[in-house]
Amino acid sequence: MPDTTLAGLQPLSRSDMAARLARDIPEGWYVNLGIGMPTAVADHVRLDREVIFHSENGVLGMGPAPPKDQIDPWLINAGKQHVTLRAGGSFCHHADSFAMIRGGHLDLCVLGAFQVADNGDIANWATSENDTAPAVGGAMDLAAGAKRLWVMMEHTTKDGTPKLVRRCSYPLTAVGAVKRVYTNLAVLDVTERGFVVVDMAAGVTLEALQARTDAQLHLPA
Amino acid sequence: MIDKLVRSMAEAMDGIKDGSTVLVGGFGAVGQPNALIDGLIEQGATDLTVAANNAGVGRTGMARLMDLGRVRKIICSFPRSSDPVVFESLYRAGRIELEIVPQGTLAERMRAAGAGIPLFFTATGAGTKMAMGKETREIDGRTYVAETALHGDVALVEAWEADRWGNLTFRKSGRNFNPIMAMAARLTIVQSQHIRELGEIDPDHVHTPGIFVRRVLHVPYGDPSGF
Repeated sequence: MPDTTLAGLQPLSRSDMAARLARDIPEGWYVNLGIGMPTAVADHVRLDREVIFHSENGVLGMGPAPPKDQIDPWLINAGKQHVTLRAGGSFCHHADSFAMIRGGHLDLCVLGAFQVADNGDIANWATSENDTAPAVGGAMDLAAGAKRLWVMMEHTTKDGTPKLVRRCSYPLTAVGAVKRVYTNLAVLDVTERGFVVVDMAAGVTLEALQARTDAQLHLPA
Repeated sequence: MIDKLVRSMAEAMDGIKDGSTVLVGGFGAVGQPNALIDGLIEQGATDLTVAANNAGVGRTGMARLMDLGRVRKIICSFPRSSDPVVFESLYRAGRIELEIVPQGTLAERMRAAGAGIPLFFTATGAGTKMAMGKETREIDGRTYVAETALHGDVALVEAWEADRWGNLTFRKSGRNFNPIMAMAARLTIVQSQHIRELGEIDPDHVHTPGIFVRRVLHVPYGDPSGF
């Protein structure tokens, strides 16, 4: 059994992962951040860099959470949290909002995931074929529709089971959609060769990373 | 003279039949037509199919409609919520049918219904269990899934402003599903925070033209709260 504990490694915190991902978003992109871990990415994009955040419920140009005494009860995001609107922001109805997604107008969507396969398949909405009351929300639209899909997730489950796999065992959200994965241990591109390691957290070796990954890892050509 | 304003909830709900498909606007608590949902509870129609983004929260509103056994089937994208107690117990007991639809497909199916498009193809859900039993087609090397229009017999909508012709505006993220549901149903019933004189809403600012609206009830309840 290879050692799959995190001993000796310096995994990134969630905030560090969000900051790492945020560095790769160029100014001018239209971006949707999925509910959960990806939402934190916005905290690491300075407002003077004009990255336009989209929320499925018809908000384009979403700004940070308001101070408690300045909450606007009419302005929420897809996670049903109160948000703000930047100058230049706009509202639209759900069909237009999802036209932005499904019509390929978003430069980037960042989602969390249960599993990502080395062919870019993503499973992030149900952990069983017989899920009681599965809830998909907008994940399938985002995964299939955005120009780029990046995933942000822990490298393994809490019990050490790899989440970067040869083939997803959970129900798929989309086929061949993921372009890049940001984990607490590494950044990996999904290429025709499979997962290519872009960089690794401090203390992580390729061998240690492979021991925690079901799919074959590759180094850049 | 056209006057779509109704004076009472009973008038607003008149004629809703058992077995109807009811489209319910709102995303979270924002733009959710709570008064009309309570009106439907009072009105008594049963064996309903309800299409909405969520499947109710807590024990009031849509959750209460379900709790009373009046909903045969729910069509939604996200049946989970902070407190989905009613839906989950009915679903586990096999007393409510669930059709899960990706949120964008849900919106587009209603938009298509409103626009007279019976069937369309989308990449959303291709290669997933959402595509099971549905026609698929390769177009320019990509696989698409056929989805059908979703018509409502009734739509319950919450607006910010309305006039007697049924022209509507919505407020901020309260717009969400409301305009497309208004288009997709034969009987669109609106609760509006404000009633304006004809011509008072700038024609350039009308979000839903009155042709899509049948009845308007003035419900100035104030700000949404809760989720």
